[in-house]
Amino acid sequence: MSGLSRWAGLGALAIFLAALPQALPNNYYVDVAVLACFNAIICVGLNLLIGYAGQISLGHAGFFGLGAYASAVLVNSYGWPPLLALLAGAAIVGLMAFAIARPVLKLKGHYLAMATLGIGIIISIVINTEAGITGGPDGIAAGPFSIGSFKLAGERDWYWLMAGLLLATVWLATNLVDSPVGRALRALHGSEVGAEVVGVDTARYKVMVFVVSAVIASVAGSLFAHYTPQLTPTKADFFKSIELVTMVVFGGMASTFGAIVGAAFLTMLPQVLTVFEDYEPVILGGIMMGTMIFMPKGLVPTIAALFNRRRP
Amino acid sequence: MLSAFLQFLISGVTVGAIYALCGLGFSIIYNASHVINFAQGEFIMIGAMTAVSLVEAGVPMPLAILLAILVTMAVGVLLEKLAVEPARKASVTTLIIITIGASIFLRGLAQEVWDKNFHKMDPFSGDTPINLFGAVLMPQTLWVLGTALLVILLLAWFFNRTLEGKAMLATSFNPLAAQLMGINTKRVLMLSFGLSAALGAVGGIVITPITFTAYDNGIMLGLKGFSAAVLGGLGNGFGAVAGGLIVGIAEAMAAGYLSSAYKDAVAFVIILLVLVFLPNGLFGRKGTERV
Amino acid sequence: MTLLRVEHLNKEFGGVHAVSDLAFTINPGTIHSIIGPNGAGKTTLFNLITGVYTPSSGSILFNDVPTAGKAPYQLAEDGMSRTFQNLQIFFNMPAIENVMVGRHLHLDRRFLPSLLRLPGIAKGDAQAREKSTELMRFVGLEAYLKADADAMPYGALKRLEIARALAAEPKLLLLDEPAAGLNATESREIDEVIVKVAKSGVTVVLVEHDMKMVMGISDHILVLDYGKKLAEGTPDQVRNNPDVIKAYLGGGAA
Repeated sequence: MSGLSRWAGLGALAIFLAALPQALPNNYYVDVAVLACFNAIICVGLNLLIGYAGQISLGHAGFFGLGAYASAVLVNSYGWPPLLALLAGAAIVGLMAFAIARPVLKLKGHYLAMATLGIGIIISIVINTEAGITGGPDGIAAGPFSIGSFKLAGERDWYWLMAGLLLATVWLATNLVDSPVGRALRALHGSEVGAEVVGVDTARYKVMVFVVSAVIASVAGSLFAHYTPQLTPTKADFFKSIELVTMVVFGGMASTFGAIVGAAFLTMLPQVLTVFEDYEPVILGGIMMGTMIFMPKGLVPTIAALFNRRRP
Repeated sequence: MLSAFLQFLISGVTVGAIYALCGLGFSIIYNASHVINFAQGEFIMIGAMTAVSLVEAGVPMPLAILLAILVTMAVGVLLEKLAVEPARKASVTTLIIITIGASIFLRGLAQEVWDKNFHKMDPFSGDTPINLFGAVLMPQTLWVLGTALLVILLLAWFFNRTLEGKAMLATSFNPLAAQLMGINTKRVLMLSFGLSAALGAVGGIVITPITFTAYDNGIMLGLKGFSAAVLGGLGNGFGAVAGGLIVGIAEAMAAGYLSSAYKDAVAFVIILLVLVFLPNGLFGRKGTERV
Repeated sequence: MTLLRVEHLNKEFGGVHAVSDLAFTINPGTIHSIIGPNGAGKTTLFNLITGVYTPSSGSILFNDVPTAGKAPYQLAEDGMSRTFQNLQIFFNMPAIENVMVGRHLHLDRRFLPSLLRLPGIAKGDAQAREKSTELMRFVGLEAYLKADADAMPYGALKRLEIARALAAEPKLLLLDEPAAGLNATESREIDEVIVKVAKSGVTVVLVEHDMKMVMGISDHILVLDYGKKLAEGTPDQVRNNPDVIKAYLGGGAA
């Protein structure tokens, strides 16, 4: 992406996010928009790992959950200030991701999928089981997000915070993708040995992007713990991980704006089609299969390619 | 003391036999296509749920079982035709997402076709327990072990003695050469899905009188079957059986001696350790990547 | 002084000796060709030199420093770069960015400045793009400056790999069959590129089947057969070596 189109994209996103609340009739819709922002932030990070670096993770909800529970537990049981708890959660998740990344990311394809899936499931089992700390299946409440005497209240406040964070995440992610670091990530996706022989330490870059995407998920999780009235383990389970991956692949792998579109679409879908509530897994599974079979590049890159072809 | 250990061992071997069948299903498809079918566990669920509902509808049990296996095989073949074959040339990540999508799709469909409740099937030959050195052995356990053994022997015979089986083996070693020798590799792919589906269904049906079944049973069973296959070395039939038994026994021991809540975590801890320290599994061949 | 020294090198794959007890040296500033029938161990040798494979035994010294235990990226830092017989193109990227990845070692690749896109990063990228454009022209890819790698024909991709390898500014450039799949005109163009590269002071090692190319541009030739050294010397010495003639009998060599 050239410098110009990156600023155009960011500008368009900023205008859209700024105008959106005017179009939302009531707080129910604002709530959906906030949830979409949460998912979009995680997906922009996850897309760095899956879409750009080509390393699949089927356990990212685990990192989201760890961040969320770190915040909830530290604030609720130990009285930490929310911001400090958020940073502590990010540090814990970052260190954990760093520790497991090197051995795990040596694996490729199915093995990597299985290992990340295993990590995610183990995290979710621990959260479910250690009820003394986490509240078990009933969950835990972290209370409102406050910094000093300032307290974040109401959907609209949350919306501005999350929209701002989404914009910042997108800015950072597109910067990274378009730098020597990002090129190294995309290169190791294309051919690891090809990247190695021109000096790319592929193992190091894989670890780096894994940690970055895990920390982004953790920070989003920490904030989510304060946003949701009651944090439950389902937010950290295998299906949440799959949902996140589906958002990324549906919107378009290796497309930051695709990740946002995917997250927004799949967050809205169950809300819009409430009649189909029972059919959610069928629809989710169908979207995963259909996207991969009929437009493996995902929605946004496929549409972009159509436009480019039409232009002479 | 000994009787408790024996009890855990029995339950471990029983569930391990199902993981073994499931792991074999993974291996058969992997050998035929280098696809990991994350929907393998759904075959177990579909087989079991179909059999249960047919029996409930009054179909005699042997016929219900046979029909359930056939239905599951049809699902397997359809899955291959509609979802896997159109994306044969796609990347590994793409195929992983397709088969996971299929798994969630089938699970959701099962929730619609049936319901969200647990279902139960009567044991094949009564439920008078057999006392074995102080441990309790249910007759159905013998059915599970006997069926698993029979299926494994049948598979061995199929792959080593029949033309069809040899064609499948040949395809796994070198698909291009196999194709040039006149083997219809597309047919082999289809057959592998049918066969794997049948294995899953059989496993699901024989274990249901012991463990119950529900629409969301497949995923965990499937993932543990995959753990078994990787533990034994992906694509290695003997390894899948050994891996299944190891995972099953480790799980039962952990549940018995440590904590039943962490039972499900055992398979995943094992698989992580194996992947990191023994990436080719216990019995896998070591490969060098060609560049 | 030697740039590369190979001593008693062995590589076994499950009992098969792909390379056995091989020794040779490469002097800086020369074009050095490695030839031999299919399966002679040429590509394996490249993989051993560049750290893709680990030798079963023996040693390789690059600039008099053993390469043992070094990963390919570390050898790239030391000044090695290569192309592949089986293309290792980044098909998910535009052609020009493939070459820009070759500039990796010469760019600021710290995480935080990249994340914030500090002015130095943008400037470095602009220079890398310029340099890569130059290199693409140098190897004759000016028509593909705006192309995506996955839309390029095979012959162009071969050159793209050469441009990428050159972008790293190596001391030693290893080219694995640069002329494979090219027509005669294209091969002569690659000849010129290789000679120009060598003149600029880069040592070139070449695995190639195109004997016209090998005999025309090499300073020194090493002949491998079944992983062993069959002969070595100048093109004239090799051409007249009876062992080589025997091995290549009917092969149309020379």
